[in-house]
Amino acid sequence: MKQFLSFVKKEFYHILRDRRTILILLVMPAIQIILFGFAISTEVKNTPIAVFDPSKDDATRQITERIAANDYFTLVSELHSLDDIEKAFHTGAVKLIIVFSEKFLNNFMHTGEATVQIIADATDPNQASTFVNYVSNIINAWEMENAALVTQSQNNVQFGIVPEIKMLHNPQMKGAYNFVPGVMGLVLLLICAMMTSVSIVREKELGTMEILLVSPVKPLYIIMAKITPYFVLSIINLTTILLLSIFVIGLPVAGNLFILILLSLIFILVGLSLGLFISTLVKTQVAAMLISVVVMMMPTMLLSGMIFPIESMPDILQWISAVPPNRWYIEGVAKLMIQGVEAKYVIKEFIILSFMAIVLLTVSLKKFNIRINR
Amino acid sequence: MEKVISTNKLTKKFGNFIAVDSIEFEVEKGEIFGFLGANGAGKTTAMRMLCGLSRPTSGSGMVAGFDIASQQEDIKKNIGYMSQKFALYDDLKVWENLRLFGGIYGMKKKEIEDKTAQILQELGFEKERNTLAKLLPLGWKQKLAFSVSIFHEPKIVFLDEPTGGVDPVTRRRFWELIYRAVQRGITVFVTTHYMDEAEYCNRVSIMVDGKIEVLDTPKNLKAAFNAANMDDVFQQLARKATRINN
Repeated sequence: MKQFLSFVKKEFYHILRDRRTILILLVMPAIQIILFGFAISTEVKNTPIAVFDPSKDDATRQITERIAANDYFTLVSELHSLDDIEKAFHTGAVKLIIVFSEKFLNNFMHTGEATVQIIADATDPNQASTFVNYVSNIINAWEMENAALVTQSQNNVQFGIVPEIKMLHNPQMKGAYNFVPGVMGLVLLLICAMMTSVSIVREKELGTMEILLVSPVKPLYIIMAKITPYFVLSIINLTTILLLSIFVIGLPVAGNLFILILLSLIFILVGLSLGLFISTLVKTQVAAMLISVVVMMMPTMLLSGMIFPIESMPDILQWISAVPPNRWYIEGVAKLMIQGVEAKYVIKEFIILSFMAIVLLTVSLKKFNIRINR
Repeated sequence: MEKVISTNKLTKKFGNFIAVDSIEFEVEKGEIFGFLGANGAGKTTAMRMLCGLSRPTSGSGMVAGFDIASQQEDIKKNIGYMSQKFALYDDLKVWENLRLFGGIYGMKKKEIEDKTAQILQELGFEKERNTLAKLLPLGWKQKLAFSVSIFHEPKIVFLDEPTGGVDPVTRRRFWELIYRAVQRGITVFVTTHYMDEAEYCNRVSIMVDGKIEVLDTPKNLKAAFNAANMDDVFQQLARKATRINN
């Protein structure tokens, strides 16, 4: 036990004396959460728009006011001719322009039809379609409310099915909701797997592993001591992320916090075992880093559902996506944090992650021992 | 004389490759034993077996009174080890390095403190107590690393090319430390590439292609090979090697 403690102390020194790394490890998760939460937001806010309104009647004024009053848009200019439209886009001053037809209200009242053109800058297609949706909704709402204006004599009252859409779990469609579990998975895996593997391989590279193996310390102690500081770091990061997402981003933990932490601990164990496993495969720190980042991190990011939804992948990729442990963790965290499900709905994730941890740990401990006794 | 190392047809094979080919030798207590050989001759493999890091394919050996095949844990408690590759942990302070190894060998806190003070004084390093190891010059580091390797007063200390990369004066000082350790009754088992260092050993063995080709005092070896110095002896033997040096 005393041996073990002197080792753990040494590992903490290694980490704490490497200022740059420790800074990255502790600050990176916070920055990521804040970036994903605010800056890289897929929401539309204060988008500059312009209006071309040759009609200038009550209807167009009302619609324009409603759009301008909306949080998502800021009316920056009123255009005076059709030629201005192109100019406005070219200068990049606006993202969206609403063009009303002439005699808008008049047409609407007498025929029930009036045209309005929504022109969006589709450089970013996702964003553009979000803008267009918002504007269409506002216009549709106005139309519904003012249906009575249409002269009854026209007798062409249309019955339409108007779907009422409700966004469950994330009613405001906040982008961060999606990213928090993703960032948690990424950060924890990065710290556990990459840092652990690099720190073990470093001792191999420097030749200090030999010295330790010649000493009476049990190899298991060496490994445990290597893992302990990263375990502590992971827990600090987990806490930071959770606190940030609750108090800064405003994403509450809808489900059971205890279960969430338990799931995270199992995931951390998977990450640590993975790091150990990588360290048994390679001889240099660079190789360990490359394997962690290229072979593991990239597919994990792309296939874990963090960026691209798994459901829309081709079958073969869906199968492959079952391999990275992140996928299961992120899925579990999303269920627990955002949907707030009961524990029994994440049993699958628990079982898969525990299984991964056991297999990885057994294999790498075995490999580690073989290497010693060769 | 008490034998602290003895081997009997000690052999290690990797597949078809015989790295160490039934070597037999004995080392007496308090001796400085030079273990020489060109790169790839099998020195490191043999040393790893003696340190309990690697199991022999066949044959047997005793180190500090324990069997190298079955009592590795006991051997590890009784030996020290230092290699050229590893000096110290660079990001630990001088005293932290000493404390770490004291802790690894299960020494008591008081014992570690006393011994640390004593070693720093002996080396004249008192001022460097709180210096990070990476800031020390290489020669100092090696001296300190040697002190670390015998911190727990082992019966035998294995030195794997301990003085690589330093000038002759520094090497000479390093060997003074080795002599001091021998006076305390520690047996020294050393590999080296520097033939002037081979002259400092009580007895020297030279390995060629996995076998121990000669084993005697430097004086007798020079006489037998009609050589002016150990370097000449070594060259004559190494020329016989058929293995490719890596």
